[in-house]
Amino acid sequence: MKHKTFFWFFLPTALAMILFIALPLTSVVSQSFHAPHDEVLLVSEICDPFGCETESTIDHQATEQLKKDQPLGKWVGFEIYTDRNHLAFKEVAEFWENRTSFTGFISSLNNLQFYRAMGFTLTYVIVVTPLVILFGLIIALAVNSLHRHLKGLMVFFSLLPMIVTPLVGSLILFWMIDARGIVGSGLQEIFSDPNLSLKASTGLTWVTLIVYGVWHSAPFAFIVFYAGLQTVPKETLESAMIDGATRFQQVIHVVVPHLSPLVAFVALIQLMDNFRVFEPIVGFSASAHATSLSWIIWNDIGQEIRLFSSAATTSVLTIIGVVILLMPVLIRTWREFNPDK
Amino acid sequence: MTSNQIKRPLGLQLLIYGFVLLWLIVAAFPFFWTMWGSFKVELDFFSKGDWKHAISGIRTQAVYGESFTGAGYEGAWIQEEFWRAFLNTAIVCFFTVLTSLTIATLGGYALSRSGFRYSFWLLIIALVFRALPPITLVSGYLPPFYAWNVWGLLPTTIIVLVAINQPFTLWMLHSFFQTIPKELDESAKVDGCTQFQAFKNVIIPVMWPGVITAGLFSFLLAYNDFAVTAVLLNQDNQTMVPKIASFMGTTQTEGNVMFAVAAVVSSIIPLFLLVLFFQRQLVSGLTAGAVKG
Repeated sequence: MKHKTFFWFFLPTALAMILFIALPLTSVVSQSFHAPHDEVLLVSEICDPFGCETESTIDHQATEQLKKDQPLGKWVGFEIYTDRNHLAFKEVAEFWENRTSFTGFISSLNNLQFYRAMGFTLTYVIVVTPLVILFGLIIALAVNSLHRHLKGLMVFFSLLPMIVTPLVGSLILFWMIDARGIVGSGLQEIFSDPNLSLKASTGLTWVTLIVYGVWHSAPFAFIVFYAGLQTVPKETLESAMIDGATRFQQVIHVVVPHLSPLVAFVALIQLMDNFRVFEPIVGFSASAHATSLSWIIWNDIGQEIRLFSSAATTSVLTIIGVVILLMPVLIRTWREFNPDK
Repeated sequence: MTSNQIKRPLGLQLLIYGFVLLWLIVAAFPFFWTMWGSFKVELDFFSKGDWKHAISGIRTQAVYGESFTGAGYEGAWIQEEFWRAFLNTAIVCFFTVLTSLTIATLGGYALSRSGFRYSFWLLIIALVFRALPPITLVSGYLPPFYAWNVWGLLPTTIIVLVAINQPFTLWMLHSFFQTIPKELDESAKVDGCTQFQAFKNVIIPVMWPGVITAGLFSFLLAYNDFAVTAVLLNQDNQTMVPKIASFMGTTQTEGNVMFAVAAVVSSIIPLFLLVLFFQRQLVSGLTAGAVKG
């Protein structure tokens, strides 16, 4: 295809992505280096027989003018990045100096909103991703051994948790685990503890969110692995059987290696999606016990006075996190494209 | 699998059936439970004393004389004007899917037919854009939208959703077009067609399976979006998902949880039908990217 033809074919989609992804991105970066203007103060000295006093009043006209001249706000460099609500360098250094033990240091980091959110986000990513792969694989193996007619039915029902809007899916589970809901009161019955509530403690809230995450994403892994299972080479399996491999050994040594590119694919998608965990925190009203990076951005924007600079700074830090997560993939793709380097 | 030829031991067979049954319950039961419960009163839906009340609806009977009531739906759809949110969602989804398919088909086709180096880089950039959480972009949208006075409107949100959809749709259609042999449009060009004529006369007739699959996923993205629609739409233009979220704030206190339950069930039903009719396309779409590796 000629360059010129390519250009015209690609122009509409390129325009959409430049105007509504690339430009907002640069705007977010620039917002993160600017803070709203302070009000311009007029300081005047008023002298009377009893002495002189200074009085400051807000100069509305000058403030408006300043806002008009520099709509981005005042340049503050990395100040927002290092403040208490973000990377909090000063506080972290203080905690480190006054630490009694390493675990004490970690738990004092928990008082800083950015590190608290980072802690939950990373835990969520690290726990949910492997569990999704494991459950997806087991479900795929189990369903694959069913009768033909049952398979279609299983695929239908398995798709539901994944396809349903995350906020709606988490609300449905939220109502069920409510102390008055069927799962919540069932658990109280089982542990014979009438005050047991999954929403009350941080640990149980985290477990709930992680269970939701696995429930929501396992179907995706299942579908991908299930499709992969249809292409497992029969000859290899047969020869493994002849060599006396048990069922378990066949799965470990033949099926899993065959699926390994798919595992990498599922892991990549899951890392990206789990890192943005957000809706379940809203759905489960869990923000008192668990916050994520996306949730802090949302919270800053949702304030009465929208905290754009703060939200933008967290956004930039989140994007840096995403890029770090993607790095291995980008490097691999680069190597595949440039084999001699 | 071939191992089926040798009979499984009974224990393993039972284990498999047990596991499948368990997964079936875990995956599907919450939906049916909530659907059933949405026709009850709150005291039955949340029945602390005896969970069987939620099934029989004893208290619903006491209030309405029947064990089913549409009161939650009436409250949500009429009193709280959920129909408005439903209409908005329909408008947003329709135009988002239409626009993103149109421009991504052209773009994806061009990417799949161009062997130049920049097409690789464009795909990588799209991958990075796909990985960005949409909420990180939102604070970049608001100031200009306020300034131009376009905040809160449906068209603004549609355009933003189209753009956010692009990277994913582009990847999907790119890998679909690669499965259509190049010789097809090459030979049309040899016969004297321009590239666009070749696309129109040769590619368009055969591209529908891929386009339908991509359309389903861009529909899901628009339908399920919360972060963008909740921030970019004003009260009157809210779509279903942010509307449900705002129910949570207002109705929980007023004791109208059943409105929210009815709204949640109403928003699931279209998705249910979607899976019912397009199961095959959804599965093929999920695996399309994977098989390519």
